[in-house]
Formats: sequence, C-alpha cells, structure tokens
Amino acid sequence: MADHPPPETTEHADLTAMGEVHEHPTWKQYKWVALILTLITVFEVWAYYVPAFVASRGFVPTLLIMSAVKFAIVVMFYMHLRYDHRLFRALFTGPLIIAMATIISLLFLFAKLTIGAHG
Amino acid sequence: MATAALPHSAHPATTTGLDHRKVAIWAFIGSECMLFASLISTYLIYKGRSVTGPFPHEWYCPDTHVPTFCPGESAGHIVHSMKPILNIPVTSQSTFVLLMSSLAMVLALAAVENKDKPLPPNPGLGTRILSSSKLWLLMTAAMGTTFLGYQAFEFTSFVHEGLTIRSNLFGSSFFTLTGFHGAHVTAGVLWLLTLLAIDVKRGLGPKDALIVDISALYWHFVDVVWIAIFTLVYLIR
Repeated sequence: MADHPPPETTEHADLTAMGEVHEHPTWKQYKWVALILTLITVFEVWAYYVPAFVASRGFVPTLLIMSAVKFAIVVMFYMHLRYDHRLFRALFTGPLIIAMATIISLLFLFAKLTIGAHG
Repeated sequence: MATAALPHSAHPATTTGLDHRKVAIWAFIGSECMLFASLISTYLIYKGRSVTGPFPHEWYCPDTHVPTFCPGESAGHIVHSMKPILNIPVTSQSTFVLLMSSLAMVLALAAVENKDKPLPPNPGLGTRILSSSKLWLLMTAAMGTTFLGYQAFEFTSFVHEGLTIRSNLFGSSFFTLTGFHGAHVTAGVLWLLTLLAIDVKRGLGPKDALIVDISALYWHFVDVVWIAIFTLVYLIR
C-alpha cells in the first residue's frame, strides 16, 4: 500500500502546500526502522549485563550514542521530520538544543561534569 | 471569513503557508523538550546524592545505612538487605512495547492517508491488515495501555520494596520524572481512543490525515522521551 507514491492531484498539491501531506517512508522502511530500534535496544540491555563493559570508560558514551541514534531515527522517520518543512525542523531542533544546553550547563554547575582536575 | 469557499480539507491561507495546527504541535513539542530536560537534569543532579536507600543499582543495608549487603549477608543469603530497586528486564519489555506502539502509529497514519486508494484485486490478508486504520489505532492505544500497566507494576513494586516519592532524593526525582512521562502517555492513550471512536463512528479518511498526524507526532514524542529516560535513568549506573 504505502509502497506506491500517492497520485499528484490538485487537492494533494494543496494539502502538501499546507504541510498536511508529505512523502512518507514506505511500510518496508517502517519495518526496518522498527527492527533497527529493537536491535539497538537489545544491545543496550545486553551491555548493561556485561560487568567488564560497564566498568570500562566506554560504557556511558556508548549508551548515550546509541540512545541518540534511536532518538534521531524516531524523529527523522516516524515523526517525518526528515521529509517535513524547515520551519517544523527549526521548531523542534531549536528548543532541543536549548534543552541539551540546559542539561549540560546544570551538570557542570552542580559538578556532575568537570573539565580537568579539581584544584 | 470565506472558509465556505475553500475545499473541504483546506484551511484559510496562512502567512507561512503551513497549517497553524501543525505549527502549534511542533511548537508544543519543542516546549515539552524543555520541560523534560528540566526533569531529567534534576534527576541527574540528584543522582548518587541519596543518603538512605533503596538505591537504583546498589544493594543497601537499612541497619547500617551502607550501600552494600548487611553484615553476614550475601547474594545467596539475604535477611535485611534491600535489593537494587530498578528491574531492567521488566523495563526493557515496556520499552519494547512503547517502541512498537510507534510503529503501529505510523501504520495507522498511513492507513488513514491511503484510505481513498482502491485496494488491488483480491487483496491478501496483509494488505487488508495494513489498510485498517481502526486496527492500528487500537493496537497503538493497547500498547500504550500495556506500557502504563508496566509502569503501575513498577511503581507498586517499588513502594512495596520501600521506595516512595518521600524516601530519598532518588525516589523524589525518579517518581516525578517517570510520573510526568506516564501522565503524557495517559493523555496520548485518551487521544488515540478518541480518534478510534471517530473512526468507528464516521470513518477517518485522507481529509482527516492532519488530525491523525498531529496525534502521531505527540505519540512519537512520548516515545523519544522514553528512549532518553530508559538510557539515562535505567541503564547508566
């Protein structure tokens, strides 16, 4: 069904201009996205149960990167931000950047993150 | 306004050329990002600063107030020690359910958008299933409800194991963060059930794609917030 692009009618063009209809991924792409999300989650949980990996310096960065990848995949494909209008992208990424900056700033402020050794 | 002259699915012209409702939902999602950022940062700042247990990942002895087994106890012999509170296998299942609910949601939206398209002659079961918006809306709401059931189970077991919102800093920040997320999931489930009721009553078609799209965006946002919470709260020690 979703494998075929919709016919370009006048009404469809009107709706596209209003941001209502846009090209979406196909069912096969949705299926692959779901599979990738599942595999990343399985790997994350597996990593949690490997003591040597948990104790290593790569544990937290690896989990954060995998989480960010899952986040980006859902936003790009399921929320269609990759295919959507630039204004929507700006409305989401702007506050997201502020949110990330807030978290990082607060973690520095309360000494959860530090640069260099304590003096 | 001359809205009567417009096509049934179009809206009055806007300065951006975009529908105001979709602009509004993205602005709302942006503001929600900042709300959850504040809750997540609060959790992270308080992490590891609780002076009494239970703790998320460590054993705790309520007799000695030390984050380890009580004297004379071990993993095979526990009398007073409180176990690590987070149940990763259960939460992993609920995470999987929420991820799959997002797949069901995109299929519901695709089914609504393609409802006017004729099905191929002798459509197979798979084609008929994929084109049923009612089924996918119901599936999404059911999986959202299942996630809430997991959360209710988790909260109940935590309370039985001695962790409440008043127990320690971990309890306060944990219940506030996950409770806010659960409230958002609850609102999403009610929204989906409303759409399902409309679909059952009069049927949702391509002209309704926008309202389904807006609810889908909200639902996926709830999902991405959980992706962050699952890693930051449950997996990172």
